[in-house]
Amino acid sequence: MTRTIWDSSVGKKTVMAVSGLIMLLYLVVHMLGNLKIFFGSGEFNHYAHWLRTIGEPFLHYEWALWIIRVVLLAAVVAHATSAYQLSRRDIKARPSKYVHKRPRASYATRTMRWGGIILGLFIVWHILDLTTGTVHPGFESGRPYQNVVDTFSTWYGNVIYIVAMLALGLHTRHGFWSAAQTLGVGSRTRDRILKTIANVLALVLTVGFISVPVGVMTGLVS
Amino acid sequence: MKLTLRVWRQKNADADGAMSTYEVDGISSDMSFLEMLDTLNEELILKGEDPVAFDHDCREGICGACSLVINGDAHGPERTTTCQLHMRSFKDGDTIDIEPWRASAFPVVKDLVVDRSAFDRIIQAGGYITAPTGTAPEAHATPVPKPDADFAFEHAECIGCGACVAACPNGAAMLFTSAKINHLNVLPQGAPERESRVLDMVAQMDDEGFGGCTLTGECATACPKGIPLMSITNMNKEWLRATRKAGKR
Repeated sequence: MTRTIWDSSVGKKTVMAVSGLIMLLYLVVHMLGNLKIFFGSGEFNHYAHWLRTIGEPFLHYEWALWIIRVVLLAAVVAHATSAYQLSRRDIKARPSKYVHKRPRASYATRTMRWGGIILGLFIVWHILDLTTGTVHPGFESGRPYQNVVDTFSTWYGNVIYIVAMLALGLHTRHGFWSAAQTLGVGSRTRDRILKTIANVLALVLTVGFISVPVGVMTGLVS
Repeated sequence: MKLTLRVWRQKNADADGAMSTYEVDGISSDMSFLEMLDTLNEELILKGEDPVAFDHDCREGICGACSLVINGDAHGPERTTTCQLHMRSFKDGDTIDIEPWRASAFPVVKDLVVDRSAFDRIIQAGGYITAPTGTAPEAHATPVPKPDADFAFEHAECIGCGACVAACPNGAAMLFTSAKINHLNVLPQGAPERESRVLDMVAQMDDEGFGGCTLTGECATACPKGIPLMSITNMNKEWLRATRKAGKR
């Protein structure tokens, strides 16, 4: 046995499961933090600034944030690389399709690959829009509340964000349950609870994230 | 019953295949699906044409030789093997599409016959126990807890037909491999090779060019023996356990 985890299809799935769960944990925290926008600009901006001071004085200013960013970047790269390599293997293993087509698997299951690509592109846009401000006309760093309101005052900002969050919900629904199977924690008795957690997590994340653009659109946040 | 059949015809492994259409008449609803194909083949032979090649052996649903993807379903619309599928599952005037298992690890030999020897090589990699052969040992010499015996038996039901591979959109052999691993890994007789079995069989499965698992559940839906999807979960658990142990050694 000289093979490593990375050499095995089961091992690569393990990498996907672990990196996916890391990102999922981050998203839950991220979503909860976003909800502070409903308490006004003072509280939201203060929260955004606090994120830069986590761990002080043990950690230097913004170090905690950069540690999180590095971990997330590693998780995204590991997740996407293993997904790409596993997909290549899967497509090669079934080169010719059946002549007689029939609907297969649930919508969430069938859209994992495209959903993942959509989410990958969204992450790039999201960082350029609200972290660096590269694609954000009139971006002012240090004023996150105003930047968020600006983004969701444009039709394309809303469309991109809402489509991506729906993709996130579907991706989470199949992804969380699948991660449990890959890590071997699923069982017949636990299956119902795992599926419930996956569905609740998908719903809470999607609704929580989408509530921000909806809040801006309805004038609740301005 | 009168039926229209659209059957995959392919001269040999290297030739290009295509669907050919045939009409069959006088089919009884009590015939098995394979008997219906026998009827077609008798007509083809009388006409001097090449009969349709398909795999079959026991015709009792226990050997795993028969295959066929019927109207897009491995082993057809009922949850059983093709040999135990009866024509009463179809209506007079139906058009039925019949295709071989599709996976790059299962190359077509001729018409509906595919080469499933990749499964044999997965078994050779670890689907056995090291026990001295000879007279059968006393049955009570090795106690096996009832839940373990039931678990082992559930997985031992796998007949290795390959319907899981045929149904999987990734052409993965996870359900077959997991059934064989779980069957032996839970028993005291299989304990000495518990780790090497799962590592070697999964490695062989990868080497044969099968795809990976995306947990669509198609395999367990198609399985004529009802091997559950949780079988794969358990194999993943065994694989992670064995990998951790191998790392420590």
